[in-house]
Amino acid sequence: MKKLVVIGNGMAGARVVEEILARDAQAFEIVMFGAEPYGNYNRILLSNILNQTQQPAEIFMNTLSWYQENNIRLHAGVKAVEIDRKNKKVAGIRLSKEDAPYGTKIVNTASAEIIEEDYDYVILATGSRPFVPPFAGADLPGVFVFRTIDDCDGIAAYAKNCRKAAVIGGGLLGLEAARGLMTHDVEVTVIEAGPQLMQMQLDSESGDILRRTMEGMGVRVLTGSLTAQITERDGKVGGLLFKDGSALETDMVVISAGIRPITEIAQVSHIDVNRGIVCDDQMRTSDPEIFAVGECVEHREKLYGLVEPIWEQARVLADVITEKNPDAAYEGSRTGTKLKVMGVELVSMGQTDPDQPDDEVLVYRNPNRGIYKKLLVRDERILGAILLGDAEFSDTLMQFFMNEKELPENRSEVLFASVEGTTLLAAADLPDGAQICNCNGVCKKTIVDCIENDGATSVAAVGAKTKAGKGCGSCRGLIAQLIESAVGEVQYDASEHYYVPGVPLEKSQLIREIRDRKIKSVSEVFAQLCGGREHVDSKVGLASLLKTVWPKEYEDERDARFINDRVHANIQKDGTFSVVPRIYGGVTSAEDLLRIANAAVKYNVKMVKFTGGQRIDLLGVKKEDLPGIWKDIGIPSGHAYTKAFRTCKSCVGTDFCRFGLGDSISLSQKIEIRYQGMECPHKVKMAVTGCPRNCAEAYVKDVGVVAIEGDRWELYIGGAAGSIIRKGDLMCTVDDEVAVIKYVDRFLQYYREHAKYLERTYGFVERIGVDVLKGILIEDSLGICAQLEERMQEAVEAYRDPWAEADVPAYINQFQGPQLVEVVREVNNNG
Amino acid sequence: MDRAYIINLGPLEDIAIGQGRCFIVKDTEVAVFRLRDGSVAAIENQCPHRKGPLAEGIIDQQFVVCPLHGHKFDLETGQGEGGECVRVFNTWIEHGNIYMQFSPYVFIDGKITAGTNNN
Repeated sequence: MKKLVVIGNGMAGARVVEEILARDAQAFEIVMFGAEPYGNYNRILLSNILNQTQQPAEIFMNTLSWYQENNIRLHAGVKAVEIDRKNKKVAGIRLSKEDAPYGTKIVNTASAEIIEEDYDYVILATGSRPFVPPFAGADLPGVFVFRTIDDCDGIAAYAKNCRKAAVIGGGLLGLEAARGLMTHDVEVTVIEAGPQLMQMQLDSESGDILRRTMEGMGVRVLTGSLTAQITERDGKVGGLLFKDGSALETDMVVISAGIRPITEIAQVSHIDVNRGIVCDDQMRTSDPEIFAVGECVEHREKLYGLVEPIWEQARVLADVITEKNPDAAYEGSRTGTKLKVMGVELVSMGQTDPDQPDDEVLVYRNPNRGIYKKLLVRDERILGAILLGDAEFSDTLMQFFMNEKELPENRSEVLFASVEGTTLLAAADLPDGAQICNCNGVCKKTIVDCIENDGATSVAAVGAKTKAGKGCGSCRGLIAQLIESAVGEVQYDASEHYYVPGVPLEKSQLIREIRDRKIKSVSEVFAQLCGGREHVDSKVGLASLLKTVWPKEYEDERDARFINDRVHANIQKDGTFSVVPRIYGGVTSAEDLLRIANAAVKYNVKMVKFTGGQRIDLLGVKKEDLPGIWKDIGIPSGHAYTKAFRTCKSCVGTDFCRFGLGDSISLSQKIEIRYQGMECPHKVKMAVTGCPRNCAEAYVKDVGVVAIEGDRWELYIGGAAGSIIRKGDLMCTVDDEVAVIKYVDRFLQYYREHAKYLERTYGFVERIGVDVLKGILIEDSLGICAQLEERMQEAVEAYRDPWAEADVPAYINQFQGPQLVEVVREVNNNG
Repeated sequence: MDRAYIINLGPLEDIAIGQGRCFIVKDTEVAVFRLRDGSVAAIENQCPHRKGPLAEGIIDQQFVVCPLHGHKFDLETGQGEGGECVRVFNTWIEHGNIYMQFSPYVFIDGKITAGTNNN
């Protein structure tokens, strides 16, 4: 068996090994050198590690056990330093903790352990390193690059003691780093030497729009600022000095000024190197037994830093080295990028500006909503495109671009939805080699083979076998089309991304379908989106969503509701129910208490209990007694059962308390009246407290309002004091009750429209990020606040007290208990 | 061989579409469901887990989910996802009324399934 040594264990190195194993697992004895002490991980998701939305374990692509299972020997934490081509040996040095995996110098060469492997073939997948411009102070404590998991850990730990952070470099990675830093409660300034952000992907106009959007989210942006040096304060970073003489105070610096291929090992081994390691179309270097792949490669004078072209290189290399297809050729890639920068969608492909007089330029602008679309056309094909703020049709656009397909005469069809909603691009018409999944580089033929030969008939099954659709997920529609054309029908697996398990759509897609098709009932959702098949675990979530989308026109089907919401009471372990009347702001009266007490006696209530939400709970009521007890009490429902707004707790505020700063009772009652019974993805508890002593526990509510000195109110969101305890994040400080209601409206409605079903606000606020929410809900960076307020008002007006059903039941036998029945006749039962 | 009883559960319309009702038959609680396709299913009402009332559960064409702790049972076979199962009963509709055959034991795939009956 021939022996293959792979130098580099990043995404490219591991990918090429996977491709080789897939073609012929027995072809080589494989040894890998990896300078980082881990298995291989998805570097694209590093900013999620920095902003702590993902754990390192979640971004590993191949864990250490994968290497064992495939008989690969991995030298983790060992950096290959030389290829002895005469004796066909690779030498590596074990790195110590002080060595940066991508560093140019090794700290302890004298004492380092040397590891040697002989070889028949070598693949160089050394990748690239962050470029650090040679300015003074770049080695001070508090200066970081952004490239590895360890970098993220270092940045996160250091940020804890910082107020201000600067990111040098306004490109893709720099903005990702800024996004990550925002979650660490530091003020972030992005410094770009060029005249605009993301110069590789955007033209100057869209660069400006992105800049304004980012500023709306609280990131400071400086363009045209050339850093001269990083200045010192107390032995660590203190600030930046710019070439024009201006200065910026900062406690830490993240340098993200681009990447450079790592080529030293090729150079010392006398392999041709230009900007990168020079390769031919078979991915061979100047030595026919040594190949290269990934960011370290220079192919036809181009370097690639995105995954799609690198996946393609890996496929060609694997075809050639396993001799499955020795003539396979990599001919360069047309690349496009699709990403989210701080929640802003961005797609860019090809050129950003025209350079010939006949190039067609189409631009659509909606700067108030942060939307910009630009299409460059040459010879009826896409020369370049930019979509900012709205990337809804980017898939189609990307396919037209990468496959150089002729555009429809009416260009707007590829930039906007066509009126009939017809599919512009049939996946079946694409060539076999067309890349469908751009995140994982899976081409059409691979997917079709998987469907036809391996029997994969769901998008998830195709994903499990080929990884297609497992990145950003935007190609899932195309995969479904391929399945449909091959086997006629797409099967769906429950997927965690779906809003409910039985409808294969994410929440935003589902809402769009519901709005476009004007679906107003749960059974219609199943009829129109699931081929008529009901799904028991999806009904409740769908009912809640439909009520949110159509507050007034929603067609209520009671069987889609949980028993609590069918009979407006909370079922107990013995099948009886609890009854909680509404007590606005926790303030009641002697008359109300008398009626409650009399009802409790009359209906033999087993326990009368004060709740944590300042109300009274009557426990042990039979279902058939519910209408009677409601009528006797004569108070509206307290909704202590629905996934909905529950209560607004308050303290005594200014009326009696000698510390009170604001009238918490009056405000909490207004809030409770406004939002009573409002369906939400999960329950929502609120409180208004009259001073920061917090007697009403407002800091740990989903929405908490705190009166402070100077007649002002603070609004906190995402607090919790259940199984999870979390202090809410300060969303804003406002001058009056009207403003409190305005921002609560916006937050609640945004939560209702964007949270997953059963996601509490604390999870939602952490997932979206409080700074992003501030941008959207206070600065109105997406231009949606007016609509949010309008839809909330509509929901408020649609509210009806469900206990009115005491007089007019909603359906037959709504409040009937078990019914005794008589035997008609006896028969012999033979089984 | 065993005695079995035929029971008239009353008009189909007395159960709301897609919902269930609990009937007490010879001291046994039976949950009867009116499915959205017009058919009827009957199973033992008590969830074997913590005696939750299955008649109050949400259903689709195949399953019912217990309202207390979410245990799920097949309406046709009584098989639960967690391995437990409930008894199922034969039902049919005559002149708009739901009829049910109740026997102390039921036969599934040729085997006697005793369930939790009192006999």
